[in-house]
Amino acid sequence: MALLELYHYWVFVVLLMIGFYAVIAKLNLIKKLIGLSLFQAAVFLLYITMNKVEGGTAPIFTDGAVDQLYSNPLPQVLILTAIVVGISTLALGLGIVVRIKEEYDTIEEHEIQEIDRQ
Amino acid sequence: MSALQAHLPALQVIVPMLTAPLVILVKERRLCWAATLLASFCSLAIAISLCIDVLNGDSIRYLMGSWPAPWGIELRVDTFSALLLLIVNGSSSLALIGATASLDRDIESSRQPLFYAAWLLALAGLNGILVTADAFNIFVFMEISALASYVLISAGPNRRALPAVFKYLIMGTIGATFYLIGVGLIYLMTGTLNIADMALRIQDVADQKAILVAAGFITIGLALKAAVFPMHIWLPNAYTYAPNMVTVFLAACATKVSLYILLRIDFFVFQPNLSGHDFQFSYFLLPMSLLAILIASTVAMFEPNLKRLLAWSSVAQIGYITLGASLVSVAGLTASLLHMFNHALAKGALFLVIACLGISLSHLRIDNIAGIAKQMPWTMAAFVLAGLSLIGVPGTAGFISKWYLITATLEAGSWGPALVAIIIISSLMAVVYIWRIVEIAYFQPADEQAVVSEAPFFLLLSTWIAVALNFYFGLSAALPVELADSAARLLMGQMR
Repeated sequence: MALLELYHYWVFVVLLMIGFYAVIAKLNLIKKLIGLSLFQAAVFLLYITMNKVEGGTAPIFTDGAVDQLYSNPLPQVLILTAIVVGISTLALGLGIVVRIKEEYDTIEEHEIQEIDRQ
Repeated sequence: MSALQAHLPALQVIVPMLTAPLVILVKERRLCWAATLLASFCSLAIAISLCIDVLNGDSIRYLMGSWPAPWGIELRVDTFSALLLLIVNGSSSLALIGATASLDRDIESSRQPLFYAAWLLALAGLNGILVTADAFNIFVFMEISALASYVLISAGPNRRALPAVFKYLIMGTIGATFYLIGVGLIYLMTGTLNIADMALRIQDVADQKAILVAAGFITIGLALKAAVFPMHIWLPNAYTYAPNMVTVFLAACATKVSLYILLRIDFFVFQPNLSGHDFQFSYFLLPMSLLAILIASTVAMFEPNLKRLLAWSSVAQIGYITLGASLVSVAGLTASLLHMFNHALAKGALFLVIACLGISLSHLRIDNIAGIAKQMPWTMAAFVLAGLSLIGVPGTAGFISKWYLITATLEAGSWGPALVAIIIISSLMAVVYIWRIVEIAYFQPADEQAVVSEAPFFLLLSTWIAVALNFYFGLSAALPVELADSAARLLMGQMR
């Protein structure tokens, strides 16, 4: 049961590994980038789930609220930054794939290596 | 002036970062170059000024927006970061002095403003990593510098730059994400992102398993970014197909900044608080360093492409740096940090020579430079002198750090003599791969048809400044030694 209670960690690990697998095993460059995005999204989930305090509400101070339990807002702010970083990386990666397609006329890794070997 | 003095740690990042968009607006490529050069030299001046302030062993603390430390973001400059700031800003400035001729060849003029903007962003990111004291902030700056350097490398004239940069992007992002996971786990256990605060709060964490996992993620992630063997496979192609001036800039400092983060977090946060972590750290890094030194040097001996040869040599030199660190002693760390400085000087000078050659040669293969020393005497003389420094001949900067490294390994116990033997063998390998180039350039008959002329003045100027620095810091090594020694003591906790 203890394992199931920590289910958000399982989601994180499984998603992380699916993404990692795609990055390593797929030969298509776009699929590699999709894997990379999944890989990063898993880490976003790790950060977002860690801020939840059991029974805690949104950290907004209201009049008369004493001993109110709040969730930690910081990880969400952090991950907002990391999402922006992830999008920039993805955009740049796709930009490079477009250039590769223009120059090599393929986006399969083994075909690119084949062309380079000639 | 004194009002400005207080804000130097922030200005170290702000100057290049704000110049970047201005450069795009200017559009005229020579003006862009001048603005980039000016910003880079401003940044170098700030780094030197910060370095003078911390030489006595103090560290400068700067609170962003005056928010108190563990909550707000703190910038902190000590001798360790000052040493790296000198390397980063020095190599950027030196590369930019002679950059125009080489860049005009590699990059069409309409795109040059964007290129200079990316250069400044890379500089700002690297400076940001070095001044900040916040683990998450480091991640953000790491990605800024990484994204900018992907753009810089993909500007290379050969289309092979594109697959090379794609590989670098994938591996760099995985490395940075691993670092992010590690920082997340520490935050989960301690609730803080400030590195100094982390070191304090980890002491209260009862269950060290999560911290150990975090240490693993951070070490592997940063080793990927720093191209520690066997995670170096992105490096040779990325350096080979980048524009020549970009290779000068990035080869001198990019991987070293990743090693800086690794050493800073590991020695400040993990070493004092995790039991047995010094063994884990050194048994992880030591074998990989030795393999890097031997295998990469061997590959370099047989590599026909000049830039890739020097890139492989960089992998070997990173091995020396991690070897020093893996000894986990003040002497070892001093040698390691000193080698960061001296290798940046030697490899920066060698890649500048490559840039000189690249002006008149379209293919930088070893058989293309037969007899070239007659046509380009200044360039090849610089190559010989910088090569001596890379090998570690007495009188050059390279000798100083190898000397410190050998002294440190001898203190390391029964393994010492074997490690010294490996260092000496790999130095001999360096003699072989440098001599191969020298022999072909000086003693082979030249190709009569080839029209080759000496490199333009400014490029030669920056090459010879780099060569002169190699000899200056070889003969009077007081400044880097003092900085490295003080930083090593700081890391080993002897000054806190």
